[in-house]
Amino acid sequence: MLPLLDSGVTFEAILQQVANGVAKGSVYALIAVGYTMVYGVLQLINFAHGEVYMLGAYFSYYPAKWLGYLPEGSEKPKVPLLVIGGLFVGSMAACAAIGMLIERLAYRPLRNSSRLAALITAIGVSLLLQNGGQMLFGADPKGFPQFVEQESVNLGPVALANTKIVIIAVAAVMMTGLHLFVQKTKPGAAMRACSFDMRTARLMGINVDRTIALTFAMGSAMAAVGGVLVAMDQPRLTPLMGLLMGLKAFVAAVLGGIGSIPGAALGGLLLGVAESVVGTWSTTYSEAVAFVILILVLLVKPSGLLGKSGREKV
Amino acid sequence: MAEPILELNDINVYYGAIHALKNISLSVNEGEVVTLIGANGAGKTTTLATVCGLMRSRTGAVKYRGKDIGSAPTHGLVKEGLVMAPEGRGIFPNLSVEENLRIGAYARTDKSDIEADLKHKFEIFPRLHERRRQKGGTLSGGEQQMLAIARSLMSQPKLLLLDEPSLGLAPLIVQTIFQTVDQVNREGVTILLVEQNARIALKHSHRAYVIESGEIGIEGTSAELLDDPRVKAAYLGEA
Repeated sequence: MLPLLDSGVTFEAILQQVANGVAKGSVYALIAVGYTMVYGVLQLINFAHGEVYMLGAYFSYYPAKWLGYLPEGSEKPKVPLLVIGGLFVGSMAACAAIGMLIERLAYRPLRNSSRLAALITAIGVSLLLQNGGQMLFGADPKGFPQFVEQESVNLGPVALANTKIVIIAVAAVMMTGLHLFVQKTKPGAAMRACSFDMRTARLMGINVDRTIALTFAMGSAMAAVGGVLVAMDQPRLTPLMGLLMGLKAFVAAVLGGIGSIPGAALGGLLLGVAESVVGTWSTTYSEAVAFVILILVLLVKPSGLLGKSGREKV
Repeated sequence: MAEPILELNDINVYYGAIHALKNISLSVNEGEVVTLIGANGAGKTTTLATVCGLMRSRTGAVKYRGKDIGSAPTHGLVKEGLVMAPEGRGIFPNLSVEENLRIGAYARTDKSDIEADLKHKFEIFPRLHERRRQKGGTLSGGEQQMLAIARSLMSQPKLLLLDEPSLGLAPLIVQTIFQTVDQVNREGVTILLVEQNARIALKHSHRAYVIESGEIGIEGTSAELLDDPRVKAAYLGEA
């Protein structure tokens, strides 16, 4: 046992928190890419993105309820793998549609007005979805069906809940897939072209409106995955759950370098680990870590860890 | 006479309250190189932007191959073969040379032809072939201009709009660029060229329009304009 300072916190405990932090950070990363991609093409912080994450959770809650998989009392219905996959895909599709709808109705009409107007609109959309969510879903927390029986898995020096392992694995696959999509496919190249210069992209025959819509759709689908994963791990949904998560994912995006997808992944993981490690000493302070990081990044390296100070994005 | 491939009729374009183009009418015939010369801010680039749908005219009509394209989206026009290589070249610095070329073929769906076309472009521009894996942003100015032209050719233009291809380039490289323009034209592409370097533009074109404060001043064959005393005094630096 290696005592750190004199608080009685062991090295093993820190390691354990790092592992927890990776799981937490994987979710931040999934949501942060949505901020980063939209910022990359539009230079807009889509503050409604945290709410898309919230909707992602609800969009899997209701189908699960209708299918009769909600826990009643102590009874825990077993959910087949196919249904779990269906819930993920359904939620992703619904959130992609919501993301495109937000872009079409709220941001596209403001494409040529000042960036401040779009930013304020983004905050407005966020408030609308939070309060709309309270009206529609009710303000009381909802329990989520247990997809997998939670159990602890030993991984060498640390133990991690199996749900957290699923989170890390799913997030890693999704992030890798997204990265490959942006780097290797034609629509991905169109996104990168738009993020550099929309006018020139248009001259190449790229349908810029469609590319922007696709960017929103993909970012929103990633947030939906985050929403379902978190609901699976901590089954407590509220219409305001996107607020803090959205802010933290935004910090993760800024930390990694807004506009950079690998940056969003790195920023998310670092933030998750930092929060968890600080939480070893004080869970109260762990909530403040994100904002301390935000202030430090803006002071020391505003372009973030992997961000470029030039115009290259996504 | 054959139907012109491009016809501008009484075009008026505004930037807010500024009247940038005033009653512009011009035409480009199939197979021609037509140049638009004029000073900085005369409205040359705005004219090209109006042709390819980045700006809209309040009056008149822009006709491409007999069709009014006054409200057609830019990306749709690229599919129809109306392509612009923008001023300042617009190379994507974060994409490799080859990716830049491929994005030029974005609107095309003929996969195997694209590969053949890419090979052909590398034959015409061996420099680009040497540097195909390099990021576009690492090329020299002349190489970037070559890439910009090659990239717009990847869209298989019928009408190519070239905006200031000589901008910021050394005289020797300007010569090479204009030899390329000639070659592209010989391969059957009609070209509408905008240039501040009037002498070289007139030498490499069939007809020309002089644009002054948003209006067409003088027009004629390029040979006529090279001899015109007004053009000589104002644009060719001869007394």
